[in-house]
Amino acid sequence: MHNWLPFEWIAASRFLREGRMQTMSIILGVSIGVSVIVFMSAALVAQQRNIIHRVLSAQAHIVLLPPKEVARPLRGASEAEAALVQKPFQRVRSIDQWQRILRDVERMPAVTAASPSASGSMLAVRGEASRSVSVLGIDPARYFRIVPVPEKIVSGQVRLGSEDIIVGSELAADLGARVGDKLRIVPASGQGATLTISGIVDLGSKGANQRTTYVALHTAQALLGLIGGASSIEVTVQDIFAAEDVAQAISDAHGIQADSWIRTNEQFFVAISAQTIANTTIRLFVALAIAFGIAAVLIVSVVQKSREIGILRAMGASRGQILRVFLLQGAALGLAGSLLGSAFGAAAILAWDRYFLAADGTPLLPIDIHAGLFVAAALLATLSGLASALLPALRGARLDPVTAIRG
Amino acid sequence: MADEVLRLEGLRKAYAVGTTAEIEVLHGIDLTLGKGEFCALMGPSGSGKSTLLNLIGLLDRPNAGRLSVDGRETSRLDDRALTALRGHHIGFVFQYHHLLPAFTALENVMMPMLLDRGRPDQAMRRRAAALLESMGLAQWRDHLATNLSGGQQQRVAVARALAMNPSLVLADEPTGNLDTKSAQTVFDLLREVNRSHGTTVLIVTHNHALAAQCGRIVELVDGRIVSDRRVAYLGNAERNSSSLA
Repeated sequence: MHNWLPFEWIAASRFLREGRMQTMSIILGVSIGVSVIVFMSAALVAQQRNIIHRVLSAQAHIVLLPPKEVARPLRGASEAEAALVQKPFQRVRSIDQWQRILRDVERMPAVTAASPSASGSMLAVRGEASRSVSVLGIDPARYFRIVPVPEKIVSGQVRLGSEDIIVGSELAADLGARVGDKLRIVPASGQGATLTISGIVDLGSKGANQRTTYVALHTAQALLGLIGGASSIEVTVQDIFAAEDVAQAISDAHGIQADSWIRTNEQFFVAISAQTIANTTIRLFVALAIAFGIAAVLIVSVVQKSREIGILRAMGASRGQILRVFLLQGAALGLAGSLLGSAFGAAAILAWDRYFLAADGTPLLPIDIHAGLFVAAALLATLSGLASALLPALRGARLDPVTAIRG
Repeated sequence: MADEVLRLEGLRKAYAVGTTAEIEVLHGIDLTLGKGEFCALMGPSGSGKSTLLNLIGLLDRPNAGRLSVDGRETSRLDDRALTALRGHHIGFVFQYHHLLPAFTALENVMMPMLLDRGRPDQAMRRRAAALLESMGLAQWRDHLATNLSGGQQQRVAVARALAMNPSLVLADEPTGNLDTKSAQTVFDLLREVNRSHGTTVLIVTHNHALAAQCGRIVELVDGRIVSDRRVAYLGNAERNSSSLA
């Protein structure tokens, strides 16, 4: 009996120690539950980060575009005339005052990078072969902060001079082209240019590799007849899940179209959200199982200890003291289980990283161990233990000492 | 009355009140115990002895009547005040000792003091050790309660009852579960406590030989006190010839 411990701590620890088997069983049960929560949480974070990284590493979080062109009726909006108004075609246009917008967007705290680009569909011709491609004119210094093209180079180098072009790996294969080969790029207007392949990239998607080409911004401007213009501004933000809000803010401020990745990848985002909900539901049920396990053990303990409770009450224990003895037991079971469970969870994560490997020997899905997760798990399990102990503790505190002593 | 430890006036206790199964167990008990009295409470099974002891011990509340402990009337006290009064003024010795099995003999004796003060300290350790020594259990102080014999456990229970230096010790058939020798030892300890500390002792017993060694015998039949007499204390020679069974 340590001098610094109050009665409630002493009694709680002795009661737990007295029912050693019961205590060990529930701690083990809690720890397994906590380890499942820890592992699932870490795996979910890793999985979503991995998927999002794959999706967003080849695209901007927000793309700013000029507003769509609309045809306006000449004389007010009468129904009869509106029916005859044709929808105009959407030509490639520059964003009005794109330099000012770019400057303003870059100043936003939520924005990490922004880059102007001029893009359009063209034909890539080499000898007898030709392919429809998407030509993206970029400012490399800015754009590579948004899409890390240099990391994706599989052949050649990241060089975008006036006559250079970087092409997707599938496109290069389809055209039988290699680094250093010439490629003729022909826009719909017919005024094409012959460019030299400076690099070949693998963007991680066959479709993207078949169509994507990068050229210098001014080269694209010339090809598109968009001298000094930018058909879009690509933006990345700090919090990817806040992209839609940032896009809305930009759109409201500048009157331009701002498409966030959340809107352009709506189904993907829904799938991510569904996965999070499913995962959270599973974790919630595991947490409930933990809470009910602790509650069951403590209810049994109150029944088993009813005589001791009666004796303590006869000796002067207040209802509050009895209440706290059982609340502490619940919290202690939760805490001990969570510490052990965190260790199990960490071991499972380490084992996963070590034994589940991709073909190249790297972890299949690298899961990080975050201290915050373990602290959260410990807090959650302790609070669950405390909450689940409330009912048994109240029952113990309300025991009639006469009945309790009689057993 | 300054040396009055316990006063009961018209104390009534009924169960299942307000139902057709209502049963009154105690029908207006009047009783006064003075400081230093050693009183036996006798009566057949079902006469209401344990019910009366629970009321006196403030473990239960009467339906009517007044109950004062050390001059403090208890009918208007809330649970917290009753608990404090019980803890400071009343010590219990139960028939089946009722020690806490998870604690050592010393810790069991310390328990009432620990409940009162919240944390253990050296003073309460010293007092508990001294009490155990006076019970002849110094060498057993660090043994778990469950590792002691029945007689030893009951002696620990007596020491525990005295921990807060109460003015009243209630003993509910403290020797009922012991062999003759152990029963006499425990009884002698209670007698010694009564003599040396002036502690008032109310002991429930079926044992006439033990009751004869008390200064006063109160007899309860069907929830009523039918006799209340003072008796002369038996000496050792007479006691040895009496049966304790």
